[in-house]
Amino acid sequence: MTELTCIVCPKGCRLKVDEENGFAVTGASCPRGTAYGKKELTAPTRTVTSTVAIEGALHSRLPVKTSQEIDRALVKEAVAALKNVQVKAPVSTGDVILENVLGTGTDFIATKTMGRI
Amino acid sequence: MQTIYDVLVIGAGITGGCVLHELSKYQLNIAVIDKENDAAEGTTKANSAIVHAGYDPLPGTKMAFHNVRGNRMVKELCKHYQVHYSECGSLVIATDDDEIKTVQKLYERGIQNRVPGLKILTGAETLELEPNLNPNIRCSLFAPTGGIVNPWELCIALVETAVENGADHYFSHEVTAITPEENGYAVTVKNGIVLHTKYLVNAAGIYADRIHAMAASADFTIAPAKGEYYLLDKNQGGLVGRVIFQCPTKAGKGVLVSPTVHGNLIVGPDRTDSCGREDLATDGKNLEGIRKISEKTCQKIDFRQSIRNFAGLRAISGQEDFIIREIPGLHGFIELAGIQSPGLTSAPSIALEALELLQKAGLGLIEKKEFKNTRKVVRMKELTPDEQEQKIKENPLYGRVICRCETITEGEIVDALKSPIIPPSIDAVKRRTNAGMGRCQGGFCSPRVLEIIAREKGIDPSEVIQDKEDSRILLPHGGEESK
Amino acid sequence: MNYDIVVIGGGPAGLAAAVSAWDSGARSVLILERDKELGGILNQCIHNGFGLHYFKEELTGPEYAGRFIELLQQTGVDVKLDTMVLHITDKKEIHAVNTVDGYMIIHAKAIILAMGCRERTRGAIGIPGDRPAGIFTAGTAQRYVNMEGYLCGKRVVVLGSGDIGLIMARRMTLEGAEVLACVELMPYSNGLNRNIVQCLNDYGIPLYLSHTITKIEGKRRVERVIVSKVDENRRPIPGTEMEFNCDTVLLSVGLIPENELTREAGITIDPRTNGAVVFENMETSLSGVFACGNVVHVHDLVDFVSAESAKAGASAAAYLSRNTDGPAVEVKNGNGIGYTVPQKLRLENIEKFTELYFRARQVYGESALVLSCGGKEVLRLHRERMAPGEMEKIILPKAKLAGLTGELTLSVEEETL
Repeated sequence: MTELTCIVCPKGCRLKVDEENGFAVTGASCPRGTAYGKKELTAPTRTVTSTVAIEGALHSRLPVKTSQEIDRALVKEAVAALKNVQVKAPVSTGDVILENVLGTGTDFIATKTMGRI
Repeated sequence: MQTIYDVLVIGAGITGGCVLHELSKYQLNIAVIDKENDAAEGTTKANSAIVHAGYDPLPGTKMAFHNVRGNRMVKELCKHYQVHYSECGSLVIATDDDEIKTVQKLYERGIQNRVPGLKILTGAETLELEPNLNPNIRCSLFAPTGGIVNPWELCIALVETAVENGADHYFSHEVTAITPEENGYAVTVKNGIVLHTKYLVNAAGIYADRIHAMAASADFTIAPAKGEYYLLDKNQGGLVGRVIFQCPTKAGKGVLVSPTVHGNLIVGPDRTDSCGREDLATDGKNLEGIRKISEKTCQKIDFRQSIRNFAGLRAISGQEDFIIREIPGLHGFIELAGIQSPGLTSAPSIALEALELLQKAGLGLIEKKEFKNTRKVVRMKELTPDEQEQKIKENPLYGRVICRCETITEGEIVDALKSPIIPPSIDAVKRRTNAGMGRCQGGFCSPRVLEIIAREKGIDPSEVIQDKEDSRILLPHGGEESK
Repeated sequence: MNYDIVVIGGGPAGLAAAVSAWDSGARSVLILERDKELGGILNQCIHNGFGLHYFKEELTGPEYAGRFIELLQQTGVDVKLDTMVLHITDKKEIHAVNTVDGYMIIHAKAIILAMGCRERTRGAIGIPGDRPAGIFTAGTAQRYVNMEGYLCGKRVVVLGSGDIGLIMARRMTLEGAEVLACVELMPYSNGLNRNIVQCLNDYGIPLYLSHTITKIEGKRRVERVIVSKVDENRRPIPGTEMEFNCDTVLLSVGLIPENELTREAGITIDPRTNGAVVFENMETSLSGVFACGNVVHVHDLVDFVSAESAKAGASAAAYLSRNTDGPAVEVKNGNGIGYTVPQKLRLENIEKFTELYFRARQVYGESALVLSCGGKEVLRLHRERMAPGEMEKIILPKAKLAGLTGELTLSVEEETL
């Protein structure tokens, strides 16, 4: 049995998930909460946001995010994969910065349009 | 051949700064040495910033003489070097019979010390001048020559001017040994270098006894006494128009409430005895105590508007008076020690006595033909719109505001970074320009000041420091520690 | 220089207000922004979670700002970047400087204040101890890390569990720092649940509720902090001290609307919000001067800032052609209500309905919100849960408000189950 706080809405229900009983969720006051509780214990995923170095723009960092959520266990490694990435301005929001991060099929994409200066 | 200085001043605080500045008017080879990385890094940057009128010290003491003479000299120096100063006047308030007697006694002392314009005001007169004070005030001593000053700015202005006029400065140079030698002294520094000088001045503040003991047998000890303060937002600055003291007790002049030259309100200090020489920590209980005591002066202070707490150390020598002398047995080694309150006010006058002592010991003083005063500080927010427009035309950087709270421009920061003593840190830039002094305490501007310092000095941002040596702010790129 | 509408600030509030003013027909609109780019603090909020209400999708801060910048680019709104407003007068003169135009005096028919807020500092909360390097507000650290690419510490303690503090705890962890603890004075966190889970729990960062930093030690750089438990009066309990060896303290202890210009112009400030008192159309006590976003009251979600600012923009545009003056009813804070925005309603200006934003003073479970006038109930709404950390909104239909005079009172009634 694992207890966790639901993050689906501000209400913050205290969920109990029973791993030994097919991840049955109790304590949720809506179906979204039940789904969240199960997923959080079976296959938690996160959107990863970070920055990469950019040359020729107003600032020296370009913000990026994963185009989809990835396995929570891969978050740190995904950020580390950006370490040596260097891009040149101009860049537009949505441009792919790093393809197929850690073989997840998800890309890191730019979240800001940065012109060349 | 190695330089032999005529005079080496140990300590770049207000006392040493005043001595250096006086000496730099003469044809001498002089230098100042300090263990910290900038001028004004000790007590000079953490005190009440008051220019005392001179009714406190006992008549006939050096303290009384230098306080009253220094009061006028500080005013002149500030005018001359564009240092923030205001002759706002001061009040000592009395709320009971004993305190009324104390006020009377201070008045008499002041008359003996020749403090001009002193007046005892009734409670009603006091409240007419300062309507926000405690309504139970029974009378007060009004001193029109009491004032407020920016102490570190004055100190930096004086040291800078001396440097402009040929003085050398050795900062981040901690003196470890002083050895008498033929015709003078050898002064050894922690990093191994040795400076030679004919005359020495000990203006080492909290460390004056240590410097003394390097060459002579100890006959006094500095026992630092800490004082803590509140600095409040400018929206509290208008609560009082003058420096408001409570009656002095054995512990000192007590908690004062005063406007600052920047328009803030300062409240403090308390007193904690026997603390360490580098102990500048503030304490929750002490700060609470200050809040309580200040209620006797004014109950309207909104301490939620506090923007900073800080602590400073008083250089208490155990002697009632300032120690101003040639050290017995050490020819030409002048000592200025135990310069506690009213040390800031007295410093310019003490410097004159120091020069007399040096002269008596044989130092020849021939005035320079040309003494440069090149200090020109642009302060955009003090200019009219037309003047600002003109300045921005001359240098567009004067049109870019970096510190929002204090309205300090990039032009002013770059000016400071090109001044005779290059500021070594973000706080040193703050002390020269006021950037980061305001209500957000550098939250918005410190990253930008850091960037400007890095750019102007041609260093990596991770090398920029906050204040003292090695007070790094950022890790080198990528978060890797450079070993 | 003359403009019909001058917007002070090009962050989310200013952007939404300017776009809305243009869309409402204003054709002489200028934004003055002190930074070198539009978007304000969103530019450094690279994490996601923005826009769920306004755009119905999850965006990062720069993306959210980008949407509005694109909208702005389709208008004829003028923008002056790198420009600092120095003064606003009660004659609606704006004094500003920049490197190109020098000292400007701009005459406006209407002004929209959108200056945002700043972070509370160590000085404001008086943490005792030394004053070494390594103490940052969370937002300053965020700028260093996200905009400039420099990490500002290796071993971190976060004071305050506001959202920026939580977000930075995660961010610095991902960049290689070790976050030792998040310390919160109150018995509950002010941050969103989502951030507690995804920023602290995901990385095993302990959250100490009812604790505070009672001492910072370190001569040059922070060396350690002492954390103590606090009692119900938020006073440290002796004997509960814990020591954390760290080189960095991040402060996430609240935001303060930046109203220095507002005060200087003589505009009435509400001491509860630290922002201007506003009418139903976001107009301040100075006719023709409007305010929106965090300069009025600190929001939790940028989505609400955008909505409120769009209203301010439209109102400013409307002001150009018609007088909005009229009798107003004041909204008083009854039981359990911390503040409301707007604070005053001019009923004749309300078309179909108006929104009322507010915060509860404490955590409430099942409860009723009651709006009353002269002892008579005007409106009763059910709430499942309310907390001070979550801004609430209610809709006031014009029909319900018709004919009311004097004062309205909003209060909370707890419902016992």
